[in-house]
Amino acid sequence: MTVALAIPCFIDAFFPEVGIATLELLERLGVDVVYPQGQTCCGQPMANNGCQSAAAGVEAHFVDLFGDFDAVVMPSGSCVHHLREHLDAVPQTDRVRHLRAHTYELVEYLHDVLKVSDFPWAEFPHKVGLHNSCGTLRSLRTASMSELGETPFSKPMDLLRGVRGIAFVTPARPDECCGFGGTFSVAEDAVSGRMGLDKVRDHEQAGAEYIVSADTSCLMHQQGCAKRAGVPLRFIHIAQILNGARA
Amino acid sequence: MSASAGDKSKPVDHAGAAAAFVADTPHLAFHDRRLWELRQKRDGQMHVLPEWQALRSLASAIKEHTLSRLADYLEQFEAQVTARGVTVHWARDAEEHNAIVLRIMRDHKAKTIAKSKSMLTEECEMVPYLARHGITTTETDLGERIQQLDGEAPSHIVVPSVHKLREDVARVFARTIGGDPNNADPHALAEHARVTTRPLMLDADIGMTGANFLVAETGAVVVCTNEGNADLSANLPKVHIVSAGIEKLVPRQADLGVFVRLLSRSALGSPITQYTSHFRGPRVGAEMHIILVDNGRSQRLGEDDFWTSLKCIRCGACMNTCPVYRRSGGLSYGAVYSGPIGAIINPSYDPVRYSTLPFASTLNGSCTNVCPVKINIHDQLYKWRRVIAERGLLPKNKSLSLRIAGHVLASPRLYRLATGAARLAVRYLPRALLYSKLNSWGRDREVPAAPQESFAAWAARNRPAKKP
Amino acid sequence: MGRAQPSGEKAVSARDDILARIRARRPEGDFPLPTLPQFPGVMGDLLEVFTTNLAVMGGQCVHLPAGEPLGPFLRARLGRGRLIRSSTDELPEFSRTDDVASPGGLKDVHTGIVRARFGVAETGSVFLSDRELRVNTIAYLAQHLVVLLDPAAIIPGIADAYLRDDFTSANYVSLMTGPSATADIEGVLIRGAQGVRSLTVVFA
Repeated sequence: MTVALAIPCFIDAFFPEVGIATLELLERLGVDVVYPQGQTCCGQPMANNGCQSAAAGVEAHFVDLFGDFDAVVMPSGSCVHHLREHLDAVPQTDRVRHLRAHTYELVEYLHDVLKVSDFPWAEFPHKVGLHNSCGTLRSLRTASMSELGETPFSKPMDLLRGVRGIAFVTPARPDECCGFGGTFSVAEDAVSGRMGLDKVRDHEQAGAEYIVSADTSCLMHQQGCAKRAGVPLRFIHIAQILNGARA
Repeated sequence: MSASAGDKSKPVDHAGAAAAFVADTPHLAFHDRRLWELRQKRDGQMHVLPEWQALRSLASAIKEHTLSRLADYLEQFEAQVTARGVTVHWARDAEEHNAIVLRIMRDHKAKTIAKSKSMLTEECEMVPYLARHGITTTETDLGERIQQLDGEAPSHIVVPSVHKLREDVARVFARTIGGDPNNADPHALAEHARVTTRPLMLDADIGMTGANFLVAETGAVVVCTNEGNADLSANLPKVHIVSAGIEKLVPRQADLGVFVRLLSRSALGSPITQYTSHFRGPRVGAEMHIILVDNGRSQRLGEDDFWTSLKCIRCGACMNTCPVYRRSGGLSYGAVYSGPIGAIINPSYDPVRYSTLPFASTLNGSCTNVCPVKINIHDQLYKWRRVIAERGLLPKNKSLSLRIAGHVLASPRLYRLATGAARLAVRYLPRALLYSKLNSWGRDREVPAAPQESFAAWAARNRPAKKP
Repeated sequence: MGRAQPSGEKAVSARDDILARIRARRPEGDFPLPTLPQFPGVMGDLLEVFTTNLAVMGGQCVHLPAGEPLGPFLRARLGRGRLIRSSTDELPEFSRTDDVASPGGLKDVHTGIVRARFGVAETGSVFLSDRELRVNTIAYLAQHLVVLLDPAAIIPGIADAYLRDDFTSANYVSLMTGPSATADIEGVLIRGAQGVRSLTVVFA
């Protein structure tokens, strides 16, 4: 079984280390990974603004590149949410339906498909606060949601508990949105920026040194807010920790 | 600041109004903290009721059933209350509603109304309409009274003046009903409101209330308040007028056992409102009128993607949990209904004016999870975005940049050029240029550092393509 | 309704128009009315649960001491020189609620006394209709309200209450839970917003 690695545009352009960690981690775990060249974007920015016509070409390109793989893995809950729930600017062929059903967010893939619980090569001697993006939380359901009062569970925590030396802190509002929201971050920059600031301060007050997440887009936003306000936090993608990054 | 202010033909500038709200740190901090507290109290109630999710499912199913047979239930309700001496009026729209109220007023040579909270009368802009005809309306809910005296619309459907601090209230009172502008003790302020409002209620010619629920089976109008002001407004004057949207129906009295248990727990995190009152007919020697108002509801009932928003019981839980609402304030929505529910209701009234509201959201989905009648609010926000884009109602610059982005992102070559240029810009542009006013990202946050190469370039060197 | 009657043809009334529009735009699909299940509900001693839950809502409970007659007990508790009106025939020593010309005539009452038909443990609510109140405004215009409640008349939950036909026995029914309250100014809880400042349930 060959797994295609899909790397979101902002990770490709600005956070290649997240892509590298994802690829190396999957290889360490014995997965046959290919990275199809020529990737761009999943179409979410256009589709989330209602622009199906603008999304159609981007989605078609994504389907062309990835439609024939057994599985597609992405280190981004937000993009997987789009692909699974909203990839409908293109005709719903069997190929598109197959792709939508076989695209996994990295944590899901590790937790549910590979069923990994141990990362003996990984050690992260820091206090971390976990940020679940709204896509992973309320769409992919990789963790329990506070609004529903369900029995607590967390797939990313299950994975991180397999890392030596790591300590967790819990912010006061663990599943409050950080305010990124794609183009919301620029269209409503004041509210978005304030939400991001509140989010990083919440983690800081809980004693976090790092915020870890399965979504680099949220982290990019939070990192920008923290840096502007002088909040001394560091940000890291879960793939980097699981792949053995020490800092 | 008023919701009705501004050019009504232009889209509401939510982002601009929200930016002004965010800039006022003391108000922002209180607003966020207070509404989050309500959300947490709501969670507390959920945790002590094992049947919480079952109640939500029941409430949703009952409402969907009712809406699917709404005409039958309205007829049943009408027959019930008519038999008990209530006069039922029907209004297609706000204009008809207001005209009916005015006619009842004139029939009784009435000049004053004591009124409890009703979002429907806000929707109909009834109070200013009646004022133009020489009729004085007194809002009797404290929050509504504060807003009325300040000439502002309610900013929240349950706690109308939640965006104000105590000092603001003291200033409003000092300006309008007297009092010491420097005494901002909430107890003193509330007492002042009590003693100045009560005579107006005692003297009112007509009492008006809204309705939380209408029971088809028994003809009961259910009104829930904590202050008891609706009961005073209804029980003091000789005439009681109820304004109710046609979607307020529930089939059976027993259904109240679901909705009353959910309403205040969702809204304020209290097990029940202090007063849950049921009006089925006039008092001896008095009159009761019920105005059943459509005002766009039957239109929405026929919209496949949006009709379930009519399930809404106006608890405000979606507003309390909404991280955007908490940081932008209800008035920034420029509409009668604010927050997530407002953003999906308002566009069906006026798609141009409210075209910006479905975008005042991160689509985080918390609203859907707290909704006691399980309205898929964030899905409807997403669907409204499509409708707005399809109708060509996106701002011109936004739709142009999305079209360009769609073009660039559909082509690996253009994508490489664009992302390469972005990395170069971040690396080499002087800070003043990088953080120019064109870069709204940079107004509130730093841009990420630019790496030497993209992941794709790294992968091309380190993982050359395998030949199949 | 402010609309000119078109000459020569029958105008459709707003009522018929609205009902026709609703029927024409009825959502497609089958939406059965669910049967309401019986949830486990309130556990434990109903009187205790009622007392605890009413306290949460700002009300208080008092037990009539065994053997003590109600009238003198209330008289002693409520003090003299205050206008007290009662809506229940069992307390002839107090002025009657319905001895006023209009509902506003109760505006100077210090304390109103009423007997609730039943109480609800889940919320600490009491059931009062126009029959028990006699003049509805007694429960709102009085500064304080005393509610007599037979401890045997406490039922478990709100859902149980709505299965009773008491709600159709009157034109006005209120489930009252504690005194009038508001938190509209900075979330500060204030008892006695527009209605009564205190609500005391006397188990008798």
